[in-house]
Amino acid sequence: MLYTEMKDFEEIKKLLESEESVFLLGCGGCAEVCRTSDEKTIVEIEEKLKNSGKSVSGKLIIDFMCSKQLLARRLARFQDDLDRSTAILVFSCGIGIQCAGAVSDKVVYPATNTISLGGFQGLWPGEERCAQCGTCYLGITDGICPITFCAKELVNGACGGAKDGMCEIKTEKECGWVLIYERLKKIGKLDLLREIQQPRDFKKIEPDAKLRKTIHFAIDR
Amino acid sequence: MDKKTLKEKLQEKKFVITSEIGPPKGTNIEPHLKEAEHIKDKVDAFNVTDLQSSVMRLGSLATCRLLFERGFEPVFQLTCRDRNRLALQSDLLSAYVLGIRNVLCITGDHPFLGDHPEAKPVFDLDSVSLLRVATSLMNGKDMMENELDGKPEFFLGAVVSPGYEPLEMQLIKMEKKIEAGARFFQTQAVYELSSFEKFMNAVEKYRVPILGGIVLLKTAGMAKYMNENVAGVCVPEKYIKMMAAAKKEERAKVSIQIAAELIKGMKDMCQGIHIMPLGWEKYVPSVLEQSGF
Repeated sequence: MLYTEMKDFEEIKKLLESEESVFLLGCGGCAEVCRTSDEKTIVEIEEKLKNSGKSVSGKLIIDFMCSKQLLARRLARFQDDLDRSTAILVFSCGIGIQCAGAVSDKVVYPATNTISLGGFQGLWPGEERCAQCGTCYLGITDGICPITFCAKELVNGACGGAKDGMCEIKTEKECGWVLIYERLKKIGKLDLLREIQQPRDFKKIEPDAKLRKTIHFAIDR
Repeated sequence: MDKKTLKEKLQEKKFVITSEIGPPKGTNIEPHLKEAEHIKDKVDAFNVTDLQSSVMRLGSLATCRLLFERGFEPVFQLTCRDRNRLALQSDLLSAYVLGIRNVLCITGDHPFLGDHPEAKPVFDLDSVSLLRVATSLMNGKDMMENELDGKPEFFLGAVVSPGYEPLEMQLIKMEKKIEAGARFFQTQAVYELSSFEKFMNAVEKYRVPILGGIVLLKTAGMAKYMNENVAGVCVPEKYIKMMAAAKKEERAKVSIQIAAELIKGMKDMCQGIHIMPLGWEKYVPSVLEQSGF
């Protein structure tokens, strides 16, 4: 069970500032139970986006976005809607957001913060992807997580230790910040890195009791 | 040496020389202070490293205070590796009441690289947010906007790696550091004047004083090790050959010659140099002399 919460709409609006048309992508897995990707929440955000002058090219909820293959197949059927959008706003845990970034050439933005995996690992088993930091940064990195991809979990850019693009600590792993830099440079969005990020909020790591009182949590007990 | 501070000298566009002290593993600080005495008149300020390379040692803050008591101007290196935001803010306030004004704010090496690899890496803040927090303290508020009873005054510095690839990412971070309050920069070791010049041209627009980094080569092996393992450092083949050809008793002489050549090449490009002797403090006077200081 993954615990997610909605980002403030103001934050979502700021993330989407430079985007004209957005495709909304929700996950029918854990996030739906947290009411961060159910139909009602997505329609609500759709309305708010339209009211603030954004166009929404389409919306889709699929089960278990953390399965990259499944997601790629399902998304392919909505290619026309996707082509009409400049970005995807994703309602899922951090793993789903990264899957969307990996299978699509559109810029991805998180609508949510992932707070805890609550015992359940996502279905992208190859690599550690989401550390449930509670302050999803995927919107400033186009879907590459600086928390799991950086040995120092830095949020303001690389430390200066990477050599030939590889981390100096986990030498078999690529430097997440070099990957982020390269991806943002490719899509012309390096400006996303210029803003100073606030220090992380570590109290968000612990999900609050209200969030824990979900159907799944109750069944588990 | 005139009695102006590092801040005043840099603001008056004077060329400055800084060096550094790496505190010992243990309490035997006296020999290190004596080494510093030898070059006191030639060096404007002394950095004190903060558990350099993540190796547990005597602390930077205490050593800075000892330097201050003996009439040196210390630069307190403060890393985010071992302290969370409470400790960082508290140590900044402590530094101020102990007479320390210059603080070099850095993220710090990962503990995995040092002699306590099992330690918990803290990194609650990073270099950019640490600079911002120090600036906020100077404005009389802590990170949570609580009012301070008495505010500190600092001259904040940061580091940059001129040879790092991709350089543009370093520059973006450098801009953030300046925005967060960095008023001078010390660089990673420079061995290639052409790439340093390229870097200096790229950062000229920031109008912030830059002190080019000099690390004394001890052996050809050390140069090769740095080339293979230290990001942003590239010792050219000619220097490696010079070091390899030198007999053991000649190595220091050759190393001094290389450092002096680099300093002479750099001194018209930047506003100062920062010499990191890594245990060879006794050769710093010769390096400076041969560089024309």
